[in-house]
Amino acid sequence: MSSTDLRRWFNASREFTVPLLALVLLIAVWEAAVRLFAIPEYLLPAPSRIFEDTIAMGGVVGNHTLATLRTILFGFLLSIIVSLPLAVLISSSRIFADAIYPLLVLTQSVPKVAIAPILVVVLGPNELPRTIVTFLVAFFPLVISMTAGLMAVPPELIELSRSCRATKLQELTRVRLPYSIPFVFSGLKAAIALSVVGAVVGEFVAAEKGLGYLITSATAFFKVPVAFGAMLILAILGIVLFQLIVVVERIFFPWAAAEEPRS
Amino acid sequence: MIEISNAGQVFGPVHAGGVRALDGINLTIRDREIVTLVGPSGCGKSTLLRLVSGLITPTEGAIRIDGDKVTAPRQDTGIVFQAPTLLPWATVLENVMFPSTIMGRADDAARRRAHDLLKVAGIADFAGHRPRQLSGGMQQRAAICRALVHNPSILLMDEPFGALDALTREVMTIELMRIWTAAPKTILFVTHSIPEAVILADRVVVMSPRPGRIAEIIDVNLPRPRTFALAGDPEFQRCAERIRSLIFGEQGVRFDVQH
Repeated sequence: MSSTDLRRWFNASREFTVPLLALVLLIAVWEAAVRLFAIPEYLLPAPSRIFEDTIAMGGVVGNHTLATLRTILFGFLLSIIVSLPLAVLISSSRIFADAIYPLLVLTQSVPKVAIAPILVVVLGPNELPRTIVTFLVAFFPLVISMTAGLMAVPPELIELSRSCRATKLQELTRVRLPYSIPFVFSGLKAAIALSVVGAVVGEFVAAEKGLGYLITSATAFFKVPVAFGAMLILAILGIVLFQLIVVVERIFFPWAAAEEPRS
Repeated sequence: MIEISNAGQVFGPVHAGGVRALDGINLTIRDREIVTLVGPSGCGKSTLLRLVSGLITPTEGAIRIDGDKVTAPRQDTGIVFQAPTLLPWATVLENVMFPSTIMGRADDAARRRAHDLLKVAGIADFAGHRPRQLSGGMQQRAAICRALVHNPSILLMDEPFGALDALTREVMTIELMRIWTAAPKTILFVTHSIPEAVILADRVVVMSPRPGRIAEIIDVNLPRPRTFALAGDPEFQRCAERIRSLIFGEQGVRFDVQH
């Protein structure tokens, strides 16, 4: 490979290679700094140590990850199931919108970390309170962007469907809902990222498994490298789930990916 | 035949500062006639078009199509807006089929008709494309095909070429007349452009604003088929001059230089 070929290859893959190089550099500096300044492991473990300790716990960490993933997905699905009809109602009825909006804002102004212990008392220490906390953290942006999408239909498109004598249901299924898909996906992306946060909040409060529980229990025993490992797995989980939604949108709604409102 | 008798439209409550958009409109449009509505902004020409489409009902008077009072959108009218208003998720063909789909008649005959229309409009090669892959002019062609797919006898057009550049606009005007010659329909056409109004019309309805009233109806006695070469014709110029003087006053537009 000649040097011009190399340069061309580098230019072509720049958006990929530059962040990767930055990451590798960061890890290298981190590792070097921990060794050089002999930073104690319970303050800041070296990347190599995090990796070793996490791998050593292999299967256990895997089970915790699966538990968290379950909570994330349940909460995320519940968000979708609740948000869609809510958005349809809000966008089609002025009275309903006036009635429900203050309640929605109220659920958002109450700190979820404060609700979590109450929910555990009410619903018992099982999957349900965690799922609901996840839902409470994640659903709001989804409702808001779905509603925005349903309302953003140009009046001329509505006139067009009315001039074709479309029923209210046809107007919803053939114009309003498809039109809102790009908005729905930007809401889904926000919701999945928040679902990860919600699941961990739920696990902090009441859980005997999950990465959130692993972090609290590991730090309690000063096993800081494992806590770091759990944190990094959570980050990777968040990125993978987010990208999964991006991929679903590109495959099933390629036009929506192009139309999506920039936020 | 479209009969508009004594139609008036007030938006908002009459006694509490409602806006009178149209007042005492009387107009009869014969079958297969092209009538253009021209006038300054706020003269109610789009409102009048929406009354005929049945999207809104008049607060006074009545609209009748072939004797039936218009109370809701009808199957025998097609409508084209200023923006192409195509569905971004649907292909060009699916967009053209939209009225048939909604009316539950998306059968093979409708599909064949959609294909034929796309061919006439010269965009048959783009049937499977999405709207955003098309230029503005091609999108508006698709919108016209869509308005024609259920074979309506009346075509309502609300400044359909208003968003296009001047050259595309002339091409589209000629294209519309070509389509009309192949399958004549009653056309009610709203425009801001005086040449466009004259070149298309059998009759030009000039409207005046606040409240919207018909100022004058001008017969255009130009032979068909027409092209923009007719712009030099004395009859064209007589019509255009008359419209101009109705809209801007006898002296035309002038700058006040007294000070």
